[in-house]
Amino acid sequence: MFGIGILKGLGVTLKHTVSTYIDDFSRTPTRYADSYETAAGRILRQPTNITGIVTVQYPEERRELPENFRYIPMLLYEEETGEDRCTACGICSKVCPPQCIWIVRDKDEKGKPIKRPAEFYIDASICMSCGFCAEFCPFDAIKMNHDYELAVYDRFPGLIYDKDELSVPTSYYAALYPQAWKQEEEKRAKKAKKPRRPAKKGPSKPPAKKEPAPAAKAEPAAPAPATEAAPRPKPKGGHWSPIPEGYTGPLITSELPLPPVPAEGVSPSGVPWKRIMELREKQLLHYRERRKAEGKEIKL
Amino acid sequence: MANDQHIPEELQRNVFMTTVDFLYNWSRKNSMWPMLFGLACCAIEMICTAAGRYDLARFGMEVMRPSPRQCDLMIVSGTVTKKMAPTIVRLYNQMAEPRYVLSMGACATGGGPFKEGYNVVSGIDKYIPVDVYVPGCPPTPEALLYGILKLHEKVENQSVKTVPWYRKETPKGIAVPELGPDIFQPDRAEEIAMFTLRPIPAEES
Amino acid sequence: MTDDITTMEAPALPYADAVPGAVVGADEFGIIVNRDKLVEFALYLRNNEGFDYLSSLTAVDYLGFEGRTAEDRFEVVYHLFDTKKGGDGVVLKVRLPEDDPQLPSLIMVYPGADLQEREVYDFYGIRFNGHPRLRRIFLWEGFDGHPMRKDWKEAYYEAEHKPFKSRWPNGHYHWAEDRVPWGDNVKYPQGWDPNAFEPAPPPLPTIHDIPGEEIKTDRVIVNMGPQHPSTHGVFRMIVALDGETVVGLEPECGYLHRNHEKIGERNTWLGNIPFTDRLDYLSSMSNNFGYVLAVEQLMGEKGKPPERAEYLRVIMAELTRIANHMWSIGFLLNDLGAFFTPALYTIQEREMILDLFEEASGSRMMCNYMRFGGVRRDVDEDWLNRCRDLVHNRIPAKIDELDEYLTNNEILLARTKGVGYLSAEDAIALSVCGPMLRASGVPYDLRRSRPYSIYDRFEFDVVTDDGCDVYARYRVRMEEMRQSVRILKQALDDIPEGPVFKGKPGYVTRVAKGEAYGAVEGPKGELGFYVVSDGTDNPWRYHIRAPSYINLNALAPMCIGYKVADSVVILGAIDIVLGETDR
Repeated sequence: MFGIGILKGLGVTLKHTVSTYIDDFSRTPTRYADSYETAAGRILRQPTNITGIVTVQYPEERRELPENFRYIPMLLYEEETGEDRCTACGICSKVCPPQCIWIVRDKDEKGKPIKRPAEFYIDASICMSCGFCAEFCPFDAIKMNHDYELAVYDRFPGLIYDKDELSVPTSYYAALYPQAWKQEEEKRAKKAKKPRRPAKKGPSKPPAKKEPAPAAKAEPAAPAPATEAAPRPKPKGGHWSPIPEGYTGPLITSELPLPPVPAEGVSPSGVPWKRIMELREKQLLHYRERRKAEGKEIKL
Repeated sequence: MANDQHIPEELQRNVFMTTVDFLYNWSRKNSMWPMLFGLACCAIEMICTAAGRYDLARFGMEVMRPSPRQCDLMIVSGTVTKKMAPTIVRLYNQMAEPRYVLSMGACATGGGPFKEGYNVVSGIDKYIPVDVYVPGCPPTPEALLYGILKLHEKVENQSVKTVPWYRKETPKGIAVPELGPDIFQPDRAEEIAMFTLRPIPAEES
Repeated sequence: MTDDITTMEAPALPYADAVPGAVVGADEFGIIVNRDKLVEFALYLRNNEGFDYLSSLTAVDYLGFEGRTAEDRFEVVYHLFDTKKGGDGVVLKVRLPEDDPQLPSLIMVYPGADLQEREVYDFYGIRFNGHPRLRRIFLWEGFDGHPMRKDWKEAYYEAEHKPFKSRWPNGHYHWAEDRVPWGDNVKYPQGWDPNAFEPAPPPLPTIHDIPGEEIKTDRVIVNMGPQHPSTHGVFRMIVALDGETVVGLEPECGYLHRNHEKIGERNTWLGNIPFTDRLDYLSSMSNNFGYVLAVEQLMGEKGKPPERAEYLRVIMAELTRIANHMWSIGFLLNDLGAFFTPALYTIQEREMILDLFEEASGSRMMCNYMRFGGVRRDVDEDWLNRCRDLVHNRIPAKIDELDEYLTNNEILLARTKGVGYLSAEDAIALSVCGPMLRASGVPYDLRRSRPYSIYDRFEFDVVTDDGCDVYARYRVRMEEMRQSVRILKQALDDIPEGPVFKGKPGYVTRVAKGEAYGAVEGPKGELGFYVVSDGTDNPWRYHIRAPSYINLNALAPMCIGYKVADSVVILGAIDIVLGETDR
């Protein structure tokens, strides 16, 4: 009979509607069966004994993330000594498929390179969260953070993470990745038992404190708002911004911690550097004017 | 600001205005309609955000409108290519004020992993103003929701006195880029001609 | 003596006698064909040898490659297969000189060459004589240059290969925006006058007259997309209408052309794996699978993964197939007007599968799970048990439920039965693949006809349907999910213990010089990767045979004669994903 199929379909949707309520009420506390409270809110797990799927009421509730979840990388430093685990070996920047990591290796007074990064940047507007950096780091120094609450109002100071913004203590990592932490610690313990060659890399260098940032940081151009729940300091100022509010200085990047543009020579795109800078300046003026015309500067 | 002038000085810090602001922003932020508009991978996560598990309807946003005339929010979800950029600018121009742009994912924000590609725009903010950037590749639905909450925060802090869409002058649209040998904005044609039509002096190259 | 040697060598050339003068040589990867005899030779192969399916057509630029000169700079590569017998196909190569890159089009022999020849023309500027619509397809008319040529450099060009030297150890590198005059990813040729610029007119579809169906009205050209809720992304089709009947259709791609292939040639071998995730972003595991299979062929014995890894790959690929078909059926119903409810139900199941992916690989969508010689990490027993639970209980129940409320629904039947007819002959000729091909009654499934990985160990049926219409495609997808469940059950029962990676994980991939074509039966169809290696750390050529793109060959033939509302459904049933279509 014509219409049976439609009626059946409607029956299925009706069944779904009813079963939602059955899941919600009669089998209480199904919804919160596997969940637990934390400071950041309730963490939900998808219960296996229901037919549907539990709605995660973000931001009050969150989905439980698996240990291997990856978002943007983070850098680890030893909690006791404040020493970076990173030795600036550069493997992460080499394996990074979109090449969004760049590192400046530190130098001692004589100008000899030492195994420590002076600067470490990740451009989150390029990063593809592939996890290669963490996978191939031989020192367990770079790992994937679980923090996804990274939305910002301004891309340029906000989404270029420098070493300070990327650094987290090892305890943070241990809390995020309990299993991997355990395995890595066992490995480390094994390694420590083995007789090591006299030239040890760790203690030979002066214990670098975490607090004093090595390079003079660019002033926070636009205050990116911080949130309390976030486990790491929020981006607070990058090193390049198209038009920071109230900025009147030179419009080219040479005064920022990037290398000055060579006075002569040709850039890889085949255009003389000099010409590039002329046009860049024009373009930034144009951009600034357009932003003004848009009237999008909203006071917060 | 120039647009403050039509409100008398003594009224500017009025309790009444604050209440109006509160109601105005509260109603706007709780009925923000996104555009049914997806570009790439992030669009899939956007759809998942709208689906049962994350339920965008909890924020009054379930009505995704395919027509830009009826939308308040454009979620630029995915890689913006040069071929697509004119269309996006046109869509943005067609949206009525107040309009917001959320750049979802690394690609829309800065070109992402495809930044070096010859057909990829390194960030939609080269063409249209962006209110919130959500990094991630792709941002998980929670990350997108966080971005939307940030946008709500922005809306909450706006004031009916200062918002640009009540200004007297008619807002200019954004010139739609054109596809020549490469993408270009027509209003910058002079600048480009200066470069392409004047030979590079010998001492520079 | 020299004569003797040539006569002794000559029989070694395959098909040497078939068409006199056609085969001019052979290397270990294919037959080198004289371009003047290409059409004749292809006709011979199609009619006499049974190679009826042109799977992949691409070109390689050998500028600066060892042993190559300007005389044989370009090479057009054809991969032909036999849909009846299966098995390995035949590879044809046509070498072209630098100053005269043109050859006859194969569109009369294999109509499926249409879009692929346009792609090669767009990327390499190689002309296919006799192609009726040889226009750019991904880029626009007027774009400066042919970007896949080795001497063409993009605006943000930094170096030929990654890793770039500027990132380490002195990471003070010039921002890409700072290296170009415009602060943006653009470049303009010297001498171009932007003030005198006239944009190229939009393409118009070829009109096909439908005898007896004409109502004498004005032809109307309707533009759909690139921003249209039913084009599944940024796809554009220009439709010519006679009344409400489609009389012409022109697909226009490239709105999501992200230059995978150019970036892939700059990347390292390993660096391409996460990029493959973003091809068909609904089924990243399958994409990983295809790419690692292709590269593992080049790696030889080193690249052979251990048993457990093979099982994990199959499990992931089949879960992906279920997730993809779930999504595709949900959105087919969306296109039919059942807005979002069926999609909501199917997305639920997809979420359950994504949870498993996330736990195994770290990301819901962009899994980046497979490596050359294994997989990224092992899964634990808990994961396998949850997967078993899903496969044995939840997913079959959901498929049955979908079946119950959709398959016999009168509205669905009315909208899909007899719509978008594509006969088996046409489907093969147009290089259509995957569920589309099987819904035309052709039992061609790579898992059976060219078994890869360990698919020869599992029992499953190749699902076909003789309906040749949208309803048949829907039925095939439904049944394929059941077959995937069947494979999953076997794989989850048999999965052995052991390592999941051969050797020590490292970021340097050692590959031999040569070329390989690795293909998997992805959820959308035959997903092939054609890679050419010069023995270094970066691929010389990285081509993707994208099923969603090649299936679009059939879009116009299927839509013509139907109503404009049906064209939406027909497109929906092809199940394209723009990330893969445009790459």
